[in-house]
Amino acid sequence: MSYGIKLKVWGRYACFSRPEMKVERVSYDVITPSAARGILESVYWKPSITWVIDRIHVLRPIRFDNIRRNELSAKLPLTAIRKAIKDAYSPVEIFIEDARQQRAAMVLRDVAYVIEAHFEIKQGNEDNSSAKHKDMFERRARKGQCFHQPYLGCREFPAHFELIEGDIPRSELEDEKDLGWMLHDIDFANNMEAKFFRAIMRDGIIEVPLFNGEEVRG
Amino acid sequence: MNTPIQNRYEFVYFFDIENGNPNGDPDAGNMPRIDPETSHGLVSDVCLKRKIRNFVEISKGIQSPYEIYIREKAILNLTHERAHQAVGTEDKGDGKKRKNLGADVEKARAWMCANFFDVRTFGAVMSTGGKLNCGQVRGPVQINFARSIDSIVPLEVSITRMAVATEKEAEHQSGDNRTMGRKHIVPYALYRAEGYISAHLAAQTGFSEDDLNLLWESLENMFEHDHSAARGKMCARRLIVFKHDSMLGNAPAHKLFDLVKAEPKDDSKPARAISDYDIFVNQDGLPAGVTLEEKI
Repeated sequence: MSYGIKLKVWGRYACFSRPEMKVERVSYDVITPSAARGILESVYWKPSITWVIDRIHVLRPIRFDNIRRNELSAKLPLTAIRKAIKDAYSPVEIFIEDARQQRAAMVLRDVAYVIEAHFEIKQGNEDNSSAKHKDMFERRARKGQCFHQPYLGCREFPAHFELIEGDIPRSELEDEKDLGWMLHDIDFANNMEAKFFRAIMRDGIIEVPLFNGEEVRG
Repeated sequence: MNTPIQNRYEFVYFFDIENGNPNGDPDAGNMPRIDPETSHGLVSDVCLKRKIRNFVEISKGIQSPYEIYIREKAILNLTHERAHQAVGTEDKGDGKKRKNLGADVEKARAWMCANFFDVRTFGAVMSTGGKLNCGQVRGPVQINFARSIDSIVPLEVSITRMAVATEKEAEHQSGDNRTMGRKHIVPYALYRAEGYISAHLAAQTGFSEDDLNLLWESLENMFEHDHSAARGKMCARRLIVFKHDSMLGNAPAHKLFDLVKAEPKDDSKPARAISDYDIFVNQDGLPAGVTLEEKI
């Protein structure tokens, strides 16, 4: 067991897509543990550790906005690339006019969260000095260093971040709100199965159950 | 293969528009995009990326290593010779399930990064056709939505065409033959976009110093080759680059962005030219280990 860290993240827009509404993206009301883990990993991660999200503080009121964009409807087929590699002249291209799709996104705006998390050392690693990992994460977060700029659900919505070393700022939200079933994370060890938990926000704070716990269902 | 970049960068990019529509909103009948709460204009990240792709396509021609994968039909199906090494695995074509699909995907990914500028820069999602879903490239360059400095007031301009499309319409108008159309314009607005370049992701895709310079060049010149009836006069005005002297970076991005401010000189009247704005760059507030370059 190691010590926890606290990271404040904020940004102008965010989109944590609900898996049931992926075509016309609709964001969850708050950041998912999965997205929060991605943010921590973008600052510091090594294969020997696993980030575990303990608590999410939602500091600002939940507000939505709608954005519609032209997107691509097709993906790059591997076969086309392989063919081009082989014969050295087949075109590899997609024409946006032929494969255009207009998709709306219901995104969050002006969000701010505090992510409380700790990491666990994976079994059988020599690289297991938890103090070292914690120091490295905190040093980077303090300086604003990152492996790549973290983002709030989609890469076009960058996240600003800073390390919280004292008290966590008070949330503007009060009372209890049931946010329903929400994605916890993807189980990569188990055929990419999505796991869900019942997210309940009390005074702006969501307690995140353990990924392998009883409250989390596939 | 060039060596990947060794520094983290952030950039602030200002561009303006005069009597045109920088980025239409498909949800609002192609009116300029607006933030409904503040009436600031928006230009989506993908809009700017499209222009970068188009610029690279015309400036480099379509050739390795600057091919563009997601293209507009500006240049019709140029078939072109490619000079890259064949490294493919033979496809037996016997309908059997191929082995080593993972290795195949890896090969394809490396080849795409080596040959295609937009894949190397912005990344791409490649479906694998199999159950494996790992043909994804995350590019080093991340751009956010550009937003105008002040709120914008789009105008709807009605225009007439002295012709009609069909004979039926002509009969209706008893030979008058006129159609009405409309255009949306923003009289003037200055937009600010911010971007991030991760050296670590660059290492994964091979995004090099040359690519970086081409990216700066694209940002400087992309509006010069993007004129159209809808867009009016768009110009790149300033490109301020923060270069960290390490791969991880030396300061938080938001602190660097705060060093650059654009303000209207006179709040009492609407801005109609770049000269109505002051753009301040606080050189003194620069953290240690970060250098500032003004490209434009």
